[in-house]
Order: sequence, then C-alpha cells, then structure tokens
Amino acid sequence: MSPVLTASTQGSESAIRSAPALSCRDVRVSFRDQEVVCGVNLELDTGQWLGIIGPNGAGKSTFLRSIVGLADYSGAIALGDGRTPGAADVALVPQAPIMPKGMTVAEYVLLGRTAHLGWLARESRADREIASSVLNRLELTAFADRFVSTLSGGEAQQVVVARALAQQCPVLLLDEPTSALDLGHQVSVLELVDDLRRTEGLSVLAAMHDLSAAARFADRLILIDHGRIVAEGRPAAVLQPDLLSAVYGTPLTVQPIDGELVVLPEPRRRAKPPKEAP
Amino acid sequence: MADASLPTTALPDADAAHSAVRRAFGMSIGAAVVGVVVLVAVGLFSATSGAAGLPVKGVLGALFDWVPLIGVDSSLSTTQENILFEIRLPRLVLGMLVGGSLGVAGASYQGVFRNPLADPYLLGVSAGAGFGAVLALGFGLDLSWGPFDTVPAAAFAGALVAVLASMAIARGGGASPATLLLGGVAMAALFSAAQTYAIQQLNETRAREVLSWLFGQLNTTGWKQVGILLPYVVVCGVVLFIHRRHLDVLRVGDDEARSLGLDPARSRLVVIVAASLLTAAAVSVSGLIAFVGLVVPHIVRLLISHSYRVIVPLSALVGATFLAFVDIGARTLLAPSELPVGVITAFVGAPFFAVVLWRDRWSTT
Repeated sequence: MSPVLTASTQGSESAIRSAPALSCRDVRVSFRDQEVVCGVNLELDTGQWLGIIGPNGAGKSTFLRSIVGLADYSGAIALGDGRTPGAADVALVPQAPIMPKGMTVAEYVLLGRTAHLGWLARESRADREIASSVLNRLELTAFADRFVSTLSGGEAQQVVVARALAQQCPVLLLDEPTSALDLGHQVSVLELVDDLRRTEGLSVLAAMHDLSAAARFADRLILIDHGRIVAEGRPAAVLQPDLLSAVYGTPLTVQPIDGELVVLPEPRRRAKPPKEAP
Repeated sequence: MADASLPTTALPDADAAHSAVRRAFGMSIGAAVVGVVVLVAVGLFSATSGAAGLPVKGVLGALFDWVPLIGVDSSLSTTQENILFEIRLPRLVLGMLVGGSLGVAGASYQGVFRNPLADPYLLGVSAGAGFGAVLALGFGLDLSWGPFDTVPAAAFAGALVAVLASMAIARGGGASPATLLLGGVAMAALFSAAQTYAIQQLNETRAREVLSWLFGQLNTTGWKQVGILLPYVVVCGVVLFIHRRHLDVLRVGDDEARSLGLDPARSRLVVIVAASLLTAAAVSVSGLIAFVGLVVPHIVRLLISHSYRVIVPLSALVGATFLAFVDIGARTLLAPSELPVGVITAFVGAPFFAVVLWRDRWSTT
C-alpha cells in the first residue's frame, strides 16, 4: 500500500521562471516487462539543486541513467532548448565509479573532454587548459600525478567530480555521491558541489540517501517510491514524518536543529530478551 | 593555515597542474627516441650478422648511398650488396613489420577487452587466420591482383570468426578475463584441428611447405611479402593509432565511457576489425608467431605507462625491435639450418605468460 500524497508546492515558487535546464515528461523505463520508472515528470531550473530521495530500488539511479542515455526510456527528456541531452550537456557522477589501475588523476580528468574532441580524438591546448584549471579549482594539484586506484574514497570522489566538471556541462547529475564517504568527506563533497553551483551556474540533480543532507543542500526535493513521484516540493514540505515512514518502511522523525531539518530513525523500542528454551 | 608537515612547493599550483596534464597528454617522447635508437641498433646488428658477415661500415655506406641525393661510396661488393638488399633487408623489414603489427594488435585487444591477457594468439585469432590462410594457400586459391592477395583475405575471415566467437562465449559466461581466454582456447583448438585436417588432405610437398610457414617463419623472396603486408600495416596502423584514446576511455567501463560521450560498441567494433585484419595480414606472410602481442604491451606498461595513448605506438616500436632481435637468433643459433622464429617467441612468451598469470593471481585476490 503506497501512499500517493503530493505535498503542496503552489505559491511557494515564483510565478516567473526562466527556461528549465532540463525537463522530463512521463519518463518510463522497463526491465524485462517490469516497469521500474513509471512516468516521472520534473523540471530542473537553471542554477537549481533538485534532490531525488527514496528507498533503495525506488528507481532513482535508473532514472538518472536514462537521462544520460544509459537506460532505454519512453517519454521525453529535453534540455532548455529542446535538444536531447548528450555528454556535452549532462555530466554524471556515478555511484560506484571504476578507478582504472595505473591511470593518473590528470589522465582521468582529461577523460572528461571526450565529448568535445574532434575526429582524431586528440586533445587541443584548450582541452588541456580546462583540465588543469579544474584541477586547480578543486585543489587537486598535489594529486595530479597520483594513480586514481590509490586514492582514498573522499579523494576519489573529488576526482570524479573534477572529471564531470571537465565535461563543461551545464547540468550535473550525482548518483548518491556520498554513499561511500565518512561524515567529514560527505559534507565537503556536497559543499564543493554547492559552491560550484553558485560560482559556475550549474544545475544539479542528485539522488541522495542522506535525507538530512538533502534537506540542507537541495532547493527542492522529489520523493520517489516504486518508480513514481509521491511527493515534490521544498524540503520542509516533502520531509513529513508520516510520509517518509510509510515510504521507507520504518518509523522516522524529522527534527529541526538550528534551523535545519534532520531526519532520524525513531528510537527503537527494545524487545524483551527471549526466554531460554527449556 | 600552515601545516608544518607539508613541504612548501617552489612551483605555483597552476604550473604544477598544467605540467601534470601535459605529462598525461604527452607521448613519452624520451621513450620513443630511445625505442627508435634501439630499433636501429638491432636492425644494424641483424643486417651485419649471418653466414656471410657484412661489415657495419659497408652496410651503412650502402644504405646511405641508396637514399636519393646522397652519394656515398659503398665499400660492399656487388654480391654483398645483393645479399643486403635482396636477402637481409627484406627479411629484417618483414620481421619489424610483423613484430610491430602483432604488438599493436595485442595492445588493441587488451584495451578493447579490458583484459591484460588478451593476445592474438591466446584469443584464437591467429589460429583462425591460420586456418583461413591454409585453405587459401593449400587449395590453389592463392590468387593475387597487384599487391592484393587472397591469402590475407581468407586469413582475415578466419580471424574475425575466431575473435567474434571468443567474444560470444565470454559474454555468455560473464565478463571475466579468464572466460575470454578460455573462449580463445576453445576457438584455437577448433581451428587448429580444422587446419590439421586441411593439411592432411594436401600432397606431401605442399603439406611440408604449408607446415613450415605455419610454424612462424620470416622467409622472404625479395620484397614480395613486405609488399603484401605493408598496405595493411599502414591502414590498420593509422586506424588503431587514432583510436588509442578510445581505449583509454574504455578503461572506465562501457557505462561511464558512454556517459563521457564515447560509443563503446562502435569503438570496439572498429578496433577489433582493424586489429584482426592486422593480425591476419601478419599471419598470412609469417605464420603463427605466438605471444608477441602479449609480451610487448606488457613491457611497455611495466616500463613506461598504463595509458594506451603511449602503449599503442610504443608497442609498434618495441614489437618491431623484439621480433627483429629474436629473428637474429632464429637465423644464427642453429646455422646453417634455421629455427622457426615462432618457436623462439614461444620459448620467451610462455614463461612470461605464466609469470603474469601468477602475479595477477596475487594482486587481484
């Protein structure tokens, strides 16, 4: 029994909007007759951070993959100018990126230029300058000659973000970017993306597991369950304890702490220890 | 906030990042220069050694004299010049082309399959090409129009069937590196059996000829074989050189490669066809020469870089040097009789293969 509630969004957003950076209309993805994304509609405004939340298997990753053409979909996915997005328009930071053995950080970041290369697949001087300025921007210069396979989780995630930036796409997709990181690195990666959004004017669409982080960083949230959007709007509107508890299948509370929303599991009622079998 | 444990760097950050990117982009010019010098040295050593010893100075003189617009008095006699230009040099050049081709083909297969153990021989490509070539050679289909010949075409058909079948087997059994090689083993066994059967149907002299070719020999009649191989080397070499960066993108996996803007299926198809054609052309002039495609890219990886940007071109250079060097042994070790060069490369390559297997077993678990 899945609740189909829609948190009220009317009136909370400005009536005049610029052209969306990305819009999706009735996007559906099926694997072997099983529909895993069932008609998702969304609009990502320029400069906005839109968070996609929902339990494992809700279809968040599949939806993001369909945007970059990694999953066959029906429906329409279009950029502001109506084109279907390509690798020069939308950059994906994957959930579990492959770190090839023996590849340096600089080589890895240069891979981001793939979509911009000509027929001879040779980087121009401009491509190299973009890669080095990205390395500088993310303060990765000291790592540039290190092998990516030897980086720690936090360093690796920064390098993947650097590669995505080198793609020079107006839209950045993040697929659970912090799932493998400790708390400190989670915050620093998300703050990095937030900074870039403000300074470079990126639009961000991020599938997120950490609901408190989603509340802090996203302008709007979309809650997906079983491939359908069940709630949409500002974080405060979407993060309702009853709704979340129903969707995630466990009692959750939402606490305001210092003006920010924090989502926590409800304290567990301890069961009595089972009696020993006779 | 100053950190005492961090040394202060003399270079500004921007320069450091830039030079790192340049290194990543660069082709290892130094390594290429060293490679060329070693290749020339091995070439000279090869040209001067053999039953009829030729003096180094004379060989150099004759070579410079041959270059248009340069007149140098060659100190070689007419017989010596004939030996140099009609026997030694064609064989040397053929050895270099075959070695370079197998090295580049091996590097390309390794990149495309993301499998450091891929090699034309181990994938069954050589066996497939060999079967095709045996059919063409043994059954009177050896026709030619100008520089084009049916043998490479038949070899190419066999090579392509073998590599596609190995791929199909691997896809059915999951994408582990070992599965692909096992598919290759199956294909190699099948094609070798077919080859043996085909050779049995030939008369004795023809069978002996075909067998001696099959063992992997750099036998030449003047410049004919070089002429057959050269067009394939040029065309496939250019295609693979252009696609070397695609191989680097494929290292992050098909999904990420596609999200970066590469079409993995298209790149893979182009590279497999070009590498198979190159292998087939090499096999059709020199028979089955094992392990060059495995050993050579590994040496480059070990010494210089893991980037295919570097591995592909340097494998051509190192492969050419390797086979030219090994062929000196093939010609002189058992003089006056000759050892098939494929026998020596197998003696070197099989233990190398074993060591790579043994080492990777430890590093992956």
